Amino acid sequence: MTRLLSVRDIAKTYGGRIGCTDVSFDLYPGEVMGIVGESGSGKSTLLNCLAGHLAPDRGEVLYDMRGQGLRDTLTLSEPERRMLSRTDWAFVHQNPRDGLRMSVSAGGNVGERLMAVGARHYGDIRATATDWLGRVEILEERIDDRPSSFSGGMQQRLQIARNLVTGPRLVFMDEPTGGLDVSVQARLLDLMRGLVREMGLSALIVTHDLAVVRLLAHRIMVMKGGHVVEAGLTDQVLDDPQHPYSQLLVSSVLQV
Amino acid sequence: MQRKATPMIEIENLGKSFTLHNQGGATIRVMDGASLSVAAGECVALTGQSGAGKSTLMRMVYGNYLADAGSVRVGGVELVGAEPRDVLALRRETLGYVSQFLRVVPRVPTREVVAEPLLALGTPRDTALVRARELLTRLRIPEALWGLSPTTFSGGEQQRVNIARGFAHTYPALLLDEPTASLDAANRETVLSLIDEAKARGAAIIGIFHDEAARTRVADREIDVARFTPGLAA
Repeated sequence: MTRLLSVRDIAKTYGGRIGCTDVSFDLYPGEVMGIVGESGSGKSTLLNCLAGHLAPDRGEVLYDMRGQGLRDTLTLSEPERRMLSRTDWAFVHQNPRDGLRMSVSAGGNVGERLMAVGARHYGDIRATATDWLGRVEILEERIDDRPSSFSGGMQQRLQIARNLVTGPRLVFMDEPTGGLDVSVQARLLDLMRGLVREMGLSALIVTHDLAVVRLLAHRIMVMKGGHVVEAGLTDQVLDDPQHPYSQLLVSSVLQV
Repeated sequence: MQRKATPMIEIENLGKSFTLHNQGGATIRVMDGASLSVAAGECVALTGQSGAGKSTLMRMVYGNYLADAGSVRVGGVELVGAEPRDVLALRRETLGYVSQFLRVVPRVPTREVVAEPLLALGTPRDTALVRARELLTRLRIPEALWGLSPTTFSGGEQQRVNIARGFAHTYPALLLDEPTASLDAANRETVLSLIDEAKARGAAIIGIFHDEAARTRVADREIDVARFTPGLAA
């Protein structure tokens, strides 16, 4: 099987401080990888470097572009990169307000991404938007409401619908269940797991919640001080952590 | 039949230490020179006192514990040092595990939890759900509960859901950690027949059974893991 994403030696510093450094890994189609670590460990910096939101100081982010094979996304032209982030890539922000247009209706939020890739037929766009709202369990009657009238959990589901409507192959998620209460988290986890399986998505999920990675991720990478200190199969790293920091992280979780 | 020719599960000279970095860096050698092979259609019971390393050995076979020496091959695939995606493919297709704990996404209905291993293999939804219903019925989970998440079920019910899930796909190799614990007589009997059926279709099984009668009935051999435990072996 060919790699979907191949990250080579990514480093990003802020002034003299390390954001993240020496990060290399491969991601295969259908794989979900969790990136865990405490705040300040560099996990969000890494995600933003990979997604093209931040320019790393060095390294390569090779992506299997449709029909072109592996290309370094850091050296793509601006239109190419924009196209990639509208079609094959998706980014789910922790705060739905960063990923949604709050003044546009729910249907518009979903339809907008379709229009950005060339959809023009109003009826088709609305039908696809309706279908996607259903898939993320938002009632059809809310299609013309603005997301500002939605609860946090609904906003997050809408953000997911907006991102997935173009059938991306790679989804970046930054603390997707972060600001939600636990019952809403469970619903979102169930939804994401189903979508990953049905659409064969690959995903990189940054989170500090080990329960979330256990249920969603196939593999995890543990970060500390900008370095990857341990990586492996999710249940192996959580059940038999090798690095002192991973051991501390796992043993610090309160048992429910 | 070349059943005995190539063992389905082959463990050779397996060793493991735990290093507790946050407790003074203590290193505990828990296993040395563990070797064991299980043929298709055979059930091997791991025995030994609590703490002897039965579950540790089982987890090294499943791949959630890392071995630091030796080899584990399941269906010819080497697990020690394997890439995560190869371990996951092996778990999806070949190697099943019924642990003592049910871990599920809250809110997912019981029948989906049971059908999931089949869905992950690409089995059509209808077929997977039919199989789930069949197992849930055999394990006496009332139909009224099938649409509910098992997170609120009793311990025994959760254990049965876990077993149904573990037997949904006909894995060629199975690891069973106390499959009959906390079950009443009728359900215990059902689980033992499920194990017999799995053996009859050629599954290689490693099990931990504190229930001696159950062990005697389904196990073809017993291996005392104390002989692999440094400091415990006579």
